[in-house]
Amino acid sequence: MKEFSYTIKDAIGIHARPAGNLVKLIKGYSSTVTIEKEGKPPINATALMKLMGLGVKCGETVKFTVEGEDEDAAVKGIKEFMNANL
Amino acid sequence: MAVFKGKGVYGAVAVGKALIFKRQAAQVRRVSVQDTEHELERVNSAKELAVQQLEQIHEKALKEVGETNAEIFEIHIMMLDDEDYNESIKSIIETQKVNAEYAVAVTSDNFAEMFSSMDDAYMQARSADVKDISNRLIACLTDSGDNTSVSDDKMIVCADDLAPSETVSLDKDKVLAFVTAFGSSNSHTAILARNMNIPAVIGVGQEFLDALEDGCLVGVDGHTGEVFVSPDEQTVRQLEQKQAEDIRKKQLLQELKGKENVTLDGTKINIFANIGSVGGIGAVLANDAGGIGLFRSEFLYLESEDYPTEEQQFQAYKKVLESMSGKKVVIRTLDIGADKQIDYFRLDKEDNPALGFRAIRICLTRPELFRTQLRALYRASAFGELGIMFPMITSVSEVQKCLDMCEQVRNELSAEGIRFNESTELGIMIETPAAAVISDKLAPMVDFFSVGTNDLTQYTLACDRQNAKLEPFVDTHHEAVLRLIEMSAKNAHANNAWIGICGELAADLSLTEEFLKMGIDELSVSPPFVLPLREKVRSISLK
Repeated sequence: MKEFSYTIKDAIGIHARPAGNLVKLIKGYSSTVTIEKEGKPPINATALMKLMGLGVKCGETVKFTVEGEDEDAAVKGIKEFMNANL
Repeated sequence: MAVFKGKGVYGAVAVGKALIFKRQAAQVRRVSVQDTEHELERVNSAKELAVQQLEQIHEKALKEVGETNAEIFEIHIMMLDDEDYNESIKSIIETQKVNAEYAVAVTSDNFAEMFSSMDDAYMQARSADVKDISNRLIACLTDSGDNTSVSDDKMIVCADDLAPSETVSLDKDKVLAFVTAFGSSNSHTAILARNMNIPAVIGVGQEFLDALEDGCLVGVDGHTGEVFVSPDEQTVRQLEQKQAEDIRKKQLLQELKGKENVTLDGTKINIFANIGSVGGIGAVLANDAGGIGLFRSEFLYLESEDYPTEEQQFQAYKKVLESMSGKKVVIRTLDIGADKQIDYFRLDKEDNPALGFRAIRICLTRPELFRTQLRALYRASAFGELGIMFPMITSVSEVQKCLDMCEQVRNELSAEGIRFNESTELGIMIETPAAAVISDKLAPMVDFFSVGTNDLTQYTLACDRQNAKLEPFVDTHHEAVLRLIEMSAKNAHANNAWIGICGELAADLSLTEEFLKMGIDELSVSPPFVLPLREKVRSISLK
């Protein structure tokens, strides 16, 4: 199992478009990925509406937990995606 | 004639017949069912159909509004496939033994509710997306198919609100404009309208729909957000004039975009734009300005209820610099005074505010305020090509104090290890006769001058700008003002500084030639004047 945190730099936060693309990316891995925003229970990272419903804003930090066979690749891919888009 | 006011999301004008957008708002009834298995199957096939439709819409959108904006329909497809959403529909059917339509409607309400209760305007607008996909699903279940037959005439589509898929599904060639009673400027519909280049006004209110009859004449002014129901002849004429102007400007834009600001004999000049808020950047880029010659920082203070923090200011300046991607941005430090009151500054009322405690005088009296702004500006300087400009300068010692303060801030930031651009240009406004007269002394101290012609004129001619009675006495082309500008230009160039004009005179096409002859390096005007000015420059020969 791998864990990492990421602080959102995008001005509008995790909005519809990047949320959709993040879900698409994560669905491509076999690992189970959860996202946790402080003070809220973790959610399955492929649940698009829940992810949008978290309302993660600029400056807020989310914690990713990745578990599965391709977890190393998944962590790398997600980090790259977050850096480039959020 | 009745006039309504909403928010213009795309600045263009249209006059035409109203088409009231009717949605087969499929009446959803709660029906008890025995065979829940059958309902689940119905949901599945409706979903397949809905996805097919969305794929078609996505394709249409790709062609009409581009990839970035079309992506929302891909998101819609993913939302339809969302586990929680489907789980909710399934569990309502199974536990309550009800029909699929009802289960979808309830699920839609719940999810839409979740978004609309969020404290974020952007996310609130997402509840419209949930409703949009759910309505499509319900329509597929009831097989009511796609509706809205637009007649052969071009129409102004009027609706309570338009879902993104409805917006894109409309035949673009037959839509003159969109008007909606509700909706937000953050909605995808607003974004799509902007990209489809269709005049659109949103949020005009229910009264508008009540006043409307199918086929009645409607005038839409996307610039002002005004909507006229059954406009009188005069209004129609005015709107048509505006429309003609828009078309002219658009042609100008097509022809002049990307072209140089160069005279027939090869003299080049920069044409920049003046703006007063981050929201103005769109217009700057749309009008192809080469940079921002005057960014008024007052909005940060006016919009706020207390002094904006360094961080707030930094974020705003950074955004401007990043959006301009490397083009020059000149930000003027705080320029308020008794005529532009801000409560929390607690400035005393003055009998003669134009000659009073304002602009740099406030900043030099309250250095903590000045320091915060300068720190924010320097921090932002790492993200683009910044120039910092000081207003209302009258003396060498004022400029020296500003420069000292800048140096102090740079030293602080270096000590804290914070990145900034060492070569950030510093300049002053030439807007008092004093500054123009001693411009030979000021020029060696700075990188640039920018002439504020409005104040320079009022101070030179001793005519209060606010006093309408003085109008016959104000000659905006007064030789005294022009001589002061010329003198400043000569002194700037003798000291390797550049000089721009950011006041209203910069946009006065009858002076462009004279300014070019003086050697003015930059003219900064409000965004709509950029291209007409470019056109003028390109028609002048100085030989």
